[in-house]
Amino acid sequence: MPESSVRPASRRRFNAGSVATHAVLSLGALVMVFPFLWQLLTAAKSLAETAKVPPTFLPDTWNWSSFEEVFTALPFKEMLFNSVFNTVGRTVGQLVFCSLAAYAFARMRFRGRNVLFALFLSVLMVPSSLLVLPQYDIIQRLGLLNSAPALFLPGMFSAFGTFMLRQFFLTLPKELEEAARIDGAGPFRIFWSIMLPLVRPALAALAVITAMWSWNDLLWPLIVNTDPEKMPISAGLTSLEGQFETNFPVMMAGSLIASLPMLVVYVFLQRHFVQSVALSGSKS
Amino acid sequence: MSVFPSTAAAKAAGRRKPAAGAPAPGSRDQRAAYLFVAPLGIGFAVFYFWPLLQTFFYSFTEFGAFGGNTWIGTDNYVRVLKDVTVWQALGNTLIYCVIGLLALPIAIGVAALLNRRGLRGVAVYRALYFVPFVTLPVAVGLVWNWLYNGDYGLINEVFEWFGADRRYWVSDPSTAVYAIGTVMVWSTTGYYLVIFMAGIKGIPRDYYEAAELDGAGPLRRFFTITLPLLSPTIFFASVICMINSLQTFDLIYIMMAEKNPAIGDTQSVVSLFYKWAFVENAQGPAAALAFLLMLIIAALTLVQFRLQKRWVHYA
Repeated sequence: MPESSVRPASRRRFNAGSVATHAVLSLGALVMVFPFLWQLLTAAKSLAETAKVPPTFLPDTWNWSSFEEVFTALPFKEMLFNSVFNTVGRTVGQLVFCSLAAYAFARMRFRGRNVLFALFLSVLMVPSSLLVLPQYDIIQRLGLLNSAPALFLPGMFSAFGTFMLRQFFLTLPKELEEAARIDGAGPFRIFWSIMLPLVRPALAALAVITAMWSWNDLLWPLIVNTDPEKMPISAGLTSLEGQFETNFPVMMAGSLIASLPMLVVYVFLQRHFVQSVALSGSKS
Repeated sequence: MSVFPSTAAAKAAGRRKPAAGAPAPGSRDQRAAYLFVAPLGIGFAVFYFWPLLQTFFYSFTEFGAFGGNTWIGTDNYVRVLKDVTVWQALGNTLIYCVIGLLALPIAIGVAALLNRRGLRGVAVYRALYFVPFVTLPVAVGLVWNWLYNGDYGLINEVFEWFGADRRYWVSDPSTAVYAIGTVMVWSTTGYYLVIFMAGIKGIPRDYYEAAELDGAGPLRRFFTITLPLLSPTIFFASVICMINSLQTFDLIYIMMAEKNPAIGDTQSVVSLFYKWAFVENAQGPAAALAFLLMLIIAALTLVQFRLQKRWVHYA
């Protein structure tokens, strides 16, 4: 088939197809993003305006009092702080504990390694509902109910994180370790100053995904911290519903503030989010 | 001076390499390895392995009003299996699972569209589709409750514009479970999209070019190249999706207010578990219910692994 007879036709089809593709994709993107736009617009309306039929799209007057109301109705500042504490605690814990274990599993030889690793991996398959009753008892016995550590203690240990980091450690060349060993570096020194910096992308990916799960977690905080002052924002937000049954501007303002920190993290570290999800998809 | 012992150790390590055995017990490396693994191991033992055994024990006991458990054999399991609310919750959970799986074809379709050669704005689309997944589920539930609201909700406006009747989507027992399921799909599509985009990236471009030269149209290329070569990723995603949606809790908890008449028609197994374990103090039956859920998850996962031979192509 002569080149020239194919080219123009296929190019025209390509352009029309490209427009159609963008149309479909944009429509989908609108469905994904519109609820957040509506959330913001509602938060900026007065209570009376939200009860209008048909609804107004833009607020008649932009009114931000709902945001203030959220902070007076709930110990919102404390809740946000508890969320930060919970998120940092779990993330730092996982980075430390998982990277240490992952390094040993990937790069060191020791008796029982494979059995231990299999045992650790089995944690991945246990649904959390099988664990939370006794976990609650443990926290209670430690006298930690309604405390900040209660939120993050069990979440500091992760089989997923260990598995993911181990995959990364496995890819590093052996020569680095051997050279360091000849120079007299001990195992911890090799881990800390040579190997760990090399898996930084994996650490970043693990950090953002752990931060996201921690910030968004609901079941565990609902169980251990029932005092509003000690709740993270995920659990605290649920009480807004009982208090403000039909006051949608306040509920939208509250949910907006509560989800904003993670969205900001997402905007700045998007690459790592995508990386961590793509990794979890390809490595398992 | 200290150089000598460590070179010796390095040589020893070098010699050990071909042999499969571990270094001598008590050696410096052995001890270091155990120290590396110990913190996580202790954490797992305390917060995972011990609780798992404990829950198993709980499932055969009755909790006394003043503490202490009495062994009651399989009574909790009998109670769970005889309880109609359990079967209803199980049915709801399976509905969530089936609806949740709809996110996969949507995500595959979007991933295939984004795979179009020379398409601009791929990263922007991906970023936008992923936002619902990152957003706090409680916030997502509140926003959708407002959209679904029977009196002033936007969704009713849209439906009315098309000539349909207004509905109380989340308090009408005939629609509530689907309303929640829709939000599940909406919030997870972006997650699977990212997984599928990574999967599609692994398919060599040459395949598409060769097929195009042979005159295969976009649909044909999708069904003969993308879909079969993506099938291992689809399999993985469907397993994850199933395991996650069988454990749905957050959205139901937030979207169904306590006095919602459709609660029975929407509560999942985990919702029921939470109610029994932490609201009604029925820890024994709750533990039995948790084991039942685990058995169901294990069984369905096993079925998926069995079925994969029929449709998953490993290159």
